[in-house]
Amino acid sequence: MKPAAPTKDPPVIELRGADIGPDPATGLALLRGVDWRVTAGDWWVVGGGHRSGKSALLATAAGVQRPLSGGHWLFGEETERLAESRLIEHRRRVGVVFENGGRLFAHLSVAENVALPLRYHRDCDLDEASGRVAELLDWLGLTRQARMQPDRLGRDLRQRAALARALALEPEVLLLDNPLAGLAAREREWWLAQLAALHAGRVPGGGRPLTLAVMTDDLEPWAAHGRQFAVVQDGQCRAMGGRESLPECVEMLGREPRPLAAIED
Amino acid sequence: MPSGPASPVAPSPARWVPGARLHRAWLNFAGRQVLNVIETIHGLGAFALITLGVALTKFNRAASVIHPLISRQIYQAGVRLLPVVTFIALALGLVIIGQTVSLLSSVGAQQYTGTVMVTVVVRELGPLVAALLVLARVGTPTVIELGTARALGEVEALEALGIDPVHYLVVPRVFGQAVAVFALTVYLVIIALFSGYLFAFLQDIPLLPGEYFRQLAGAMTWLDFVLLALKTTAFGTIIAIVTCYQGLARPLRLNEVAEATTRAIVQSLVACVLLNALFIFFFVYLLM
Repeated sequence: MKPAAPTKDPPVIELRGADIGPDPATGLALLRGVDWRVTAGDWWVVGGGHRSGKSALLATAAGVQRPLSGGHWLFGEETERLAESRLIEHRRRVGVVFENGGRLFAHLSVAENVALPLRYHRDCDLDEASGRVAELLDWLGLTRQARMQPDRLGRDLRQRAALARALALEPEVLLLDNPLAGLAAREREWWLAQLAALHAGRVPGGGRPLTLAVMTDDLEPWAAHGRQFAVVQDGQCRAMGGRESLPECVEMLGREPRPLAAIED
Repeated sequence: MPSGPASPVAPSPARWVPGARLHRAWLNFAGRQVLNVIETIHGLGAFALITLGVALTKFNRAASVIHPLISRQIYQAGVRLLPVVTFIALALGLVIIGQTVSLLSSVGAQQYTGTVMVTVVVRELGPLVAALLVLARVGTPTVIELGTARALGEVEALEALGIDPVHYLVVPRVFGQAVAVFALTVYLVIIALFSGYLFAFLQDIPLLPGEYFRQLAGAMTWLDFVLLALKTTAFGTIIAIVTCYQGLARPLRLNEVAEATTRAIVQSLVACVLLNALFIFFFVYLLM
């Protein structure tokens, strides 16, 4: 595929016929033939059960992991053919919040975690980055925890710190892996409200509306927020459509996964 | 295992030849070991080249993040090891002088004390001991830290932020540990030479300080300085590369970190000793 002309908005993330994996247990692909287009302004909610390949899909979409076969495009450019410096440029435009505490760097404090990408890419010291860091931590209610090590924080605050780190470089797309898992009801409300604000462009420090893609094992909380829905199941990723498809998605996820051989497309 | 209908538990008596089977098993074992060694060397070589490439192309990128990390590595691998190195250096001086001086004076060859000290401490033991101390004190935590970071997905998180893990995690360690082994060796050699004289003095060996240092200076050549610098930086680099490789190169699970640590220590040790042998060969056969 030729990269689209910059005037016409190319999809921000695109996967075509991508096999995603490998499954660490078997060494085989977790998902086969994934076609997925994320365009600017989307809010994708991808549902899938435990070990269905959601996290691998997220890592592949972010450009951290290569698809086993098939193509992956970031902002209209095929990542396979990109020079490393260009790929890094594109990765900076994609923020990732990993699951289960966000994979914060254990040897750095919360503020240092958030400052690291800024310091690395802008080549500045901690003081110069502190303005942006303080702004983000304040917005996410983490000012008091700024100097703490991540392992001293509860899961909910660690997850927030991971969001702060992902937002530090002012990304255009935000990928979240199961952000609501294991959170209290109140904290879930907080997350949904913040993500809605980010999607609407109410970003700390100003900025464009963010494109979101959320991997989740429970679609229900996203019913009022998601715009596009997809389901990852039985080794396949199926884009289902808008909100009207939600009941069908929920029903699919509720079903027992079938053995691979029995899938008909 | 023989493939076929015969059960592996009870092989048919006609086909069962114990010697052949044992032979085959041993060959398989040896072959697997050889392949493992080749695979490790291949992986380490590739990793070292990648690190070299990153160090050269990105040395000044993100200097305000990477350069403090290098200083921290020098502190952790160098400054913090000063007490233990002092202790070991004193002990080395005592042992070598205690053994050799009495031996040399019994045959009336005190004038070789300086030569023995230079050969043993400056050329051989100093660099190796400093390298072993750095390996034990810094190499081990490196594998554990990086292996855990890899197992917990922190390395992937770095990549997602557009940060090159080799640049951020490996390059500072290579520079820091290379500098640290070099500096510690110099320190260790100086302390050992002084303590050597001190113990000789305590044993009432008739050796004047001026005479002792003249012997030392006479035994050292300019080549010793060059080789010392080369050897120690090479040891530091080897330790950093091997420990980082074992921690980072493969996706580990948390319970595999301990095994990776052992592997890294043994491989670093073997690599340092082999390199030392190479230096001896170079020094003894080609330059003397």
